[in-house]
Amino acid sequence: MTEEDVVAENPILHHALRLGDDALILGQRLSEWCGHAPMLELDLALANIGLDLIGQATHFLNLASEIEGKGRDADALAFHRDVLDFRNCLLVEQPNGDFAQTIARQFLFSNWQELLMREIAAAPEPRLSAIGAKAVKEIAYHARFASEWVVRLGDGTDESRARLIAGLDWMWRFVDELFDPKDGAPSLRADWDARIARTLAEASLELPKPRRGIVGGRSGHHSEHLGHLLSEMQFLQRAYPGATW
Amino acid sequence: MSGAVAELSFKDRVLEILSHVCDPEIPCVSVVDLGIVREVRGRTLVITPTYSGCPATIAIEQDIRTALDRAGLPDVKIEIGLSPPWTTDWISEEGRAKLHAYGIAPPSRSAVQCPRCGSEHTEEISRFGSTPCKALHRCLDCAEPFDRFKCH
Ligand SMILES: [Zn+2]
Repeated sequence: MTEEDVVAENPILHHALRLGDDALILGQRLSEWCGHAPMLELDLALANIGLDLIGQATHFLNLASEIEGKGRDADALAFHRDVLDFRNCLLVEQPNGDFAQTIARQFLFSNWQELLMREIAAAPEPRLSAIGAKAVKEIAYHARFASEWVVRLGDGTDESRARLIAGLDWMWRFVDELFDPKDGAPSLRADWDARIARTLAEASLELPKPRRGIVGGRSGHHSEHLGHLLSEMQFLQRAYPGATW
Repeated sequence: MSGAVAELSFKDRVLEILSHVCDPEIPCVSVVDLGIVREVRGRTLVITPTYSGCPATIAIEQDIRTALDRAGLPDVKIEIGLSPPWTTDWISEEGRAKLHAYGIAPPSRSAVQCPRCGSEHTEEISRFGSTPCKALHRCLDCAEPFDRFKCH
């Protein structure tokens, strides 16, 4: 049986893997800011958001491992899968760029993740909904933080504004994947659009120009950036399998 | 002695032991004060993480295990329960008083009070503080910077 068959046979496993991989990859990305953010408070904020996401990833991947029943725990799923087996969306694997680009990515993602997690928290599957209910409160903080920074940068200096516009413009092509009719959450689009438009208006910014959406992350077709991220994240467990401290 | 009484005393005994297990990041409060200890069901103890990514969760589980071992209760099973999710409402009154005395503003839905001078004339400096559960504030009257336990 191929990976695809397994997923088709078990939608809960499919969900848990996607949600876990989104959180894991973005958590790893944000951890790259540790010690490099523009201010101490931002360093703490980005590291804490990354920590929340890695915690959520642990819960979702533990659930995936339990359903899968192959004896691979959350760590094995994180550290011993190859790039083609990751199911995260393309948005989260995009490089950090400058601070404005990181904020653009977080703004688009956290607003989507909050809406999605609210839906999951209310869904009938008890194991998924327990994780969702816990995560949604954390994500609300992330969305608020990113939205406040969108307003501050957009409504700030010419420099901050130009950088944010460039960041949003780059990230915008990965938005459609979040609402893909097959692998995404199309029903959340209207609410998400409204949230994004409201904050951009407050920042006196226009919506980015429409772009042809790039999809593929959900079926394992990733950008080259994910391979580089994994080579760093997985290095230790690949070189010294089972290492602990 | 009836079964019910034995059950009650076992639970009380476990809670007594755990009331001496401190939170590793905020050592002025115990895991019981913080509401991390959710229930004692038979010989199983259910604990819940404060935040999904709380790095102290593993340390807390180990500290609880050590305390139970030392008290001669090595057979208690420890389970992690996520539902219903932990909120700051699970922090006991005693826990709130201990946080305040330690210099951390306890979570409250109303004005944030300076733990040093009691003034409510305070402002948030950073929503993310030294640990995931705290934000950084400053007193505008006595100028004291302080941690505030986030309402969650
Ligand atoms: Zn004061």
